[in-house]
Amino acid sequence: MTPLLNTSSLPFCKGCGHDLIAKNVAKVIDYLKINVFDTIAVTDIGCHGIIDKALNCHTVHGLHGRSTALAAGIRFGVLSPEKKIIVFVGDGGATIGLQHIMEAARLNLNLTVLVHNNFLYGMTGGQSSGLTPTGFATTTSTDGNPFTGYDLCAMSFAAGASYVARIVGIGDISKTIEKAITTNGFSLVEIMEICPSYGIKLNPKRKFTEIVEASGKPIGEWERNRAPFDFPKWKKTANLFDKLPKAETLKSTKLETPVSIVLSGSAGEGVQLAAGILTKAAMTEGLEITQKGSYPVTVGVGFSTAEINLSPSEIHFHGIDIPDYAVITSTDGLAHSRKRIEGMKSGVLFIDKSLPVPTTGAKIEQLDFRSIGARDSSLFAAFVFAKKTGIVSVDSILNVIINDGKADKLPLEKIKEALATV
Amino acid sequence: MNKPDTSKRQIVDGSRIMIEALARAGADAFIGYPITPANLLYSYSAQRIPIMLPAPDEITTLQWMSGLALAGHFPVTATSFPGFALMIESINMAYMMELPMVIILVQRLGPATGTATCGAQGDLLLLKGMMSGGHPTPVLCTSSFEDIWTLSAKAVEVAVKLRTPVILLTSKEEVMTQKSFDLSTLPEIKPVERKFYSSEEPYKPYKPVNYVPEFLSVEQNKHQVRITASTHNQAGILMNTDEEALANTRRLEEKVRHFLPEYTIFEHYQNQGASNLIVAFGVTAGAAKDAVTQLNKAGVPTDLLIPKTMIPTPEGYLSIMGQYEKVVIAEENMNNQFGELIFGLKKAPNQRFVGGLGKMITPQQIIKEVQS
Repeated sequence: MTPLLNTSSLPFCKGCGHDLIAKNVAKVIDYLKINVFDTIAVTDIGCHGIIDKALNCHTVHGLHGRSTALAAGIRFGVLSPEKKIIVFVGDGGATIGLQHIMEAARLNLNLTVLVHNNFLYGMTGGQSSGLTPTGFATTTSTDGNPFTGYDLCAMSFAAGASYVARIVGIGDISKTIEKAITTNGFSLVEIMEICPSYGIKLNPKRKFTEIVEASGKPIGEWERNRAPFDFPKWKKTANLFDKLPKAETLKSTKLETPVSIVLSGSAGEGVQLAAGILTKAAMTEGLEITQKGSYPVTVGVGFSTAEINLSPSEIHFHGIDIPDYAVITSTDGLAHSRKRIEGMKSGVLFIDKSLPVPTTGAKIEQLDFRSIGARDSSLFAAFVFAKKTGIVSVDSILNVIINDGKADKLPLEKIKEALATV
Repeated sequence: MNKPDTSKRQIVDGSRIMIEALARAGADAFIGYPITPANLLYSYSAQRIPIMLPAPDEITTLQWMSGLALAGHFPVTATSFPGFALMIESINMAYMMELPMVIILVQRLGPATGTATCGAQGDLLLLKGMMSGGHPTPVLCTSSFEDIWTLSAKAVEVAVKLRTPVILLTSKEEVMTQKSFDLSTLPEIKPVERKFYSSEEPYKPYKPVNYVPEFLSVEQNKHQVRITASTHNQAGILMNTDEEALANTRRLEEKVRHFLPEYTIFEHYQNQGASNLIVAFGVTAGAAKDAVTQLNKAGVPTDLLIPKTMIPTPEGYLSIMGQYEKVVIAEENMNNQFGELIFGLKKAPNQRFVGGLGKMITPQQIIKEVQS
């Protein structure tokens, strides 16, 4: 019995290295005089994981192979290095949870991971793991493992761990465990063991030390001086609503029933910007709006479409199947909205005059949107829409641009000139 | 219809409202992994939530959240089906460990990677069955900006009170569409109060007090805390299938059901003498509202039920739906998941279904079914 262990009879098979690891951890906690309630043991599924019942510290027993990630989460919440977080994981758990170990090492989280590497999955019947040495016989490779095992220590160290060691689980291993537990950063100790139930039985003529040597994984320790994880000094806002601009109502709308508009053009031609200006202008006239964009996943190429609803009353349904107005400024936009245009039985299609006009029941207005230059064609189209329909006034759009400080960045004079000819 | 005060309106999306509400209710940690259409929730969290960390995958996401919850924090994440699928085993773990947290599930078109930029309502039955053993996890579903605000706060409250993960169900169109909205109309959200075990007696992490065990962080050093995902007794010790351990597992389900009246949330709009009822939740509730308005204007008295507490499913929905000659359930999937949740495979004689795949259901589709 020690402060950490509530029994000297641990629940492992006779001769299992897990017993040695637990007792050496207990020895270190005792020697360093660490309060057991300042110690958090995180275990998972595997024979090693049943240790938690014998521990007097905080114990957290999670999913197979996820203990390092679960411990990482605890460390994010408990940064004080006085709190010791020790992960107990097997070679199977280290295989399925490899990403979790690499991530904790990369961030150099102050954790100690003890890898109980007995070269196989003991709890489930002795199958090979990602850490099984080449040639080692298991129940799933009785002629010897044909694959190479991961060098977990080299990988963890390369990922950024402060301290990594590989040791043989024989005799007193407390000094290495002490070094790991007192490291302020990520530490991992891979303890090579042999499973008395499967490892010895399946490899009867081999000596443990020879198996370790034949594994090709060097015994040793690797360390670097690196600051442990701390939270970056990120700037946070106290209220996500603070910086949202208000759109005050400056005049009354003439619109009596809701209208839906599809503005469709090409990426990089200001479709979403134009839609945003148009909807904000509509709001200054008291209208309710909805706006959503659609574009390919590679946002910088192909079509860009904005779907807009304007309504004098609250909008509940904002989907647009067939719009009342379609405003098309480019070939990409036409291709994306063609079906909708063909489905229009009324309403108006405003389309750049360079484009072929699809068969549609909408009234057709062919206009030279692109004369202003491709980059501003969508904004110009929004102005033309306003002038032609009167749903939103041209002055309201101009006011939004000026009030939002965008007047210098947009060719307003050129737009006004072109608009005069429409 | 009353005209809202237009002088205070802003252009806002549901993601912003959701994260602000969660933060005000006490969510102090967000673990993120990018996925469309949940990305706005992630980026707003980076601006707003005190602890925000990018995880390398969604299994890690849930594990980090669980660790933070063990340390007394309140974690949140947001994902869509592909990420949620990876989380399920870990959500089972958090449920078994009894860790409060909120997982936002933004539905999109599946199966598999489906169409990331297209909304859907296809994950309800997945949520119904995601817990091994079929134990219910509270699922609240938003259907308007007001809901996004109040249900987000409610999700935190339920998660804390019941010590359980809560799923906040929404969909692409609800969290990505910009709308004019008067944010000043939203009610105040007060931080959810956390109570921690304070007795001198040794702590039993799974000893229930009115169904729910008191919580204690692993950060304190006064009492030992034992937490486990395996079948365990009140002390948190793995006990296979002994009676005390099985009673503990039964309690997990019982607590979620026992407190259901406290988080049963729905809207039932009633007109006198209506024989038709439209049932819609989530994104389809907007179309249903318009359909009801138009039907009543046209002299077809029709009522509306918008369920918001989806799981456990309140029995009251069944009795409401039993009062009508015709019940039209509209949801954006092709297999009537809510209908199956309520009626099972034996279709009720008054039950009709309006489905959709890859497209929002329109008010006209619903009206047509009511009038058919």
